[in-house]
Amino acid sequence: MLKPLILVLALLAGPAFSVQPDEVLADPVLEARAREISKVLRCPVCQGENIDDSNAAVSRDLRLVVRERLVAGDADWQVLDYIVARYGEYVLFEPEAKGVNLILYLTGPVALLLAMGGAAVFLRRRRQANAVPAERLSADESRRLEEILRE
Amino acid sequence: MLNELGHFALILAFAVATVQATVPLIGAHKGWAGWMAVGEPAATAHFLLIAFSFGALTWAFVTSDFSLQLVFANSHTDKPMLYKISGVWGNHEGSMLLWVLILALFGATAAWFGAALPPRLRARVLSVQAMIGVAFLGFIIFTSNPFLRIESPPFNGQDLNPLLQDPGLAFHPPFLYLGYVGLSMAFSFAVAALIEGRVDAAWARWVRPWTLAAWMFLTVGIALGSWWAYYELGWGGFWFWDPVENASFMPWLLAAALLHSAIVVEKREALKSWTILLAILAFGFSLIGTFIVRSGVITSVHSFASDPQRGIFILAILALFVGGALTLFAARAGAMQARGAFGIVSRESALVLNNILLGVAALVVFVGTIWPLIAELFWARKLSVGAPFFESAFTPFMLALAVALPIGAVMPWKRASFARALRPLWPAALLALAVVALVWAVGTNRSTVALVGAGLGSWLVFGALSELWLRAAHTPARLARLPRADWGKAFAHGGLGITFIGIGLLTAWQSEDIRVAQIGEPFTVSGYEITLDGVERVQGPNYTSSTGTMTVRQGGKLVATLHPEKRVYPVQAMPTTEAAIDNGIWRDVYLVVGDPQDGGGWAVRTYIKPFANWIWAGSILMALGGLLSLSDRRYRVAAGARKAAPRLQATPAE
Repeated sequence: MLKPLILVLALLAGPAFSVQPDEVLADPVLEARAREISKVLRCPVCQGENIDDSNAAVSRDLRLVVRERLVAGDADWQVLDYIVARYGEYVLFEPEAKGVNLILYLTGPVALLLAMGGAAVFLRRRRQANAVPAERLSADESRRLEEILRE
Repeated sequence: MLNELGHFALILAFAVATVQATVPLIGAHKGWAGWMAVGEPAATAHFLLIAFSFGALTWAFVTSDFSLQLVFANSHTDKPMLYKISGVWGNHEGSMLLWVLILALFGATAAWFGAALPPRLRARVLSVQAMIGVAFLGFIIFTSNPFLRIESPPFNGQDLNPLLQDPGLAFHPPFLYLGYVGLSMAFSFAVAALIEGRVDAAWARWVRPWTLAAWMFLTVGIALGSWWAYYELGWGGFWFWDPVENASFMPWLLAAALLHSAIVVEKREALKSWTILLAILAFGFSLIGTFIVRSGVITSVHSFASDPQRGIFILAILALFVGGALTLFAARAGAMQARGAFGIVSRESALVLNNILLGVAALVVFVGTIWPLIAELFWARKLSVGAPFFESAFTPFMLALAVALPIGAVMPWKRASFARALRPLWPAALLALAVVALVWAVGTNRSTVALVGAGLGSWLVFGALSELWLRAAHTPARLARLPRADWGKAFAHGGLGITFIGIGLLTAWQSEDIRVAQIGEPFTVSGYEITLDGVERVQGPNYTSSTGTMTVRQGGKLVATLHPEKRVYPVQAMPTTEAAIDNGIWRDVYLVVGDPQDGGGWAVRTYIKPFANWIWAGSILMALGGLLSLSDRRYRVAAGARKAAPRLQATPAE
């Protein structure tokens, strides 16, 4: 259990900082948008961190790119498109909901519907079921019951 | 010498487990009492042998015996004693040994305290439990032997990863394993019942305590891990939806579902085959978790071939046990006849809803966790599924669960009406709405997350309190005499509510500040005035540290003096951050000091984290609820049935 965990953590916790003081944008609204975008972007060389929490050099570059694009006036989706076009869909923590990825997104709702349907059939049957009379004890069990009572 | 004895004991345990896995099973089939009776001493011997082996390995770590490869790779003479001991399970081989130790312990408890079980069922349970033992002992002996020697022992070891040298993480794995492996008991009971061809209230009464214990340990284990991540990783996140975390979360969700469906079997003799299936799946997910984590398949898709032998071995174990159990289930589930009839609106239906929501939520987590692997295998696409996906796909199920929970909890069995069930809950609903209004008024940023989290959380808490009040028939004197199971239920449900409030308000209201702080110059974050007074170099037992001294003031009054650190562990050449936290009921002040800057001053991060501790307080309450239920009289009566048999006691109606 621990070995890969150690690996993950070793990369997670690296030296001190993720976002550096010199990266922060002066405009708090733009900065807040940059942080939101950063949460969806995965550090391409780390184990499972977003670029906001990561200390890798490439994450710093990505954070700077996000801010550059925002300052240049891009909308959030344009920034994401810009980065995905260069680094591939691997860097998106939330895969696009189209094509085969729809399986991923629809599993929950479809499973819920199926389960609800199954439960409805089951419940209807349960309501109509007559209580089955209790089973009789087998010879073995009666003997054991006597034993217990004797003790 | 002791190491060789430990190794030898492990091999003996493998032999004993093989006997335990076969002889009682044949005995139960043929009705030979003598063969069935083999299970009990075998389970004891099985446990004692592994305990000896584990003791030998622990001794090697304590005495820093670097002639063992494992000790050399994971220990160091300068390491504090606590971490020498926790180093035993801070690695693959040692943690597997702990795994089988706990497995054998659970089997042995069934032998020691299971005198009241029907002998045939007990023989089969012990056999199935030993089969799992055989599989994992084989895994250790053939692929992950902890007792490998080095020909010329080095003078000192390579030390344990410094991040793991922490009290929170020292106890995190044992609790998780107690949980994972505890579910093996539910699995063994399920398979034994399938072989037997019958499931009844008595069976459920035996399965529940073990499931409850497993769930409780998992709760503590997960909470410890999340708390550790919060204070150790340096930015105060508490849950990352990392595959490794998901691996422990899925069994927790299924154990919670199993816990509730077993109640229906126990009280109403319905949902039998479903409960059996859940028991198989819950342990199956424990195995899947073990596989995910140890094979490295998913943590990093690139390292698929890093240790294929181990991964394939675990995959084979997984396929054998889950596949075998499911085949048995397919053949025998028809024999599990439900007895009790009940209406569409009833406690039974409410528990079915609970199972659906928890089950589907676990499925969503599972699919999200393995999706990158599937996408790469079938469509050669490299993609990631992370926190944003899980937050939006998983949360709705938890919200629905929280809405329905207090109503379902007060509903009577068999046949109920919504209006009547809701009547005692009106005050709770009004109080929860009052909390929502308060959050709306106090909150600065009108966040829906805060409103929903706090509203549903307090609905759960007040709902649990109303239920206690209802059960005590509105008489304070009767509260103390309520069965412990009722209190356990209230604690667990209320604890969930507290955790909801914590997560909601922390997510919505936390604030963060990143800056270069000059020594002696105060700065303000969310009403707190913070000063970096100085940074010194400090020498620790096996690290060097830059320790900051920071004061936090509010309205001129000193709130706390904190010492965030940045440590370097020279043996592993690894820096870690030690955040300094001023814990409080309403908020944590969380300070991190970073690198010195070229132009003077230090990089400093400040977080104000409202209600953070509520997350873990709620988890502790949930675990406590499990403990209370576990100590309820009806389980003590069941366990001590022999002694208590003459004065038969009515079990308290729930």
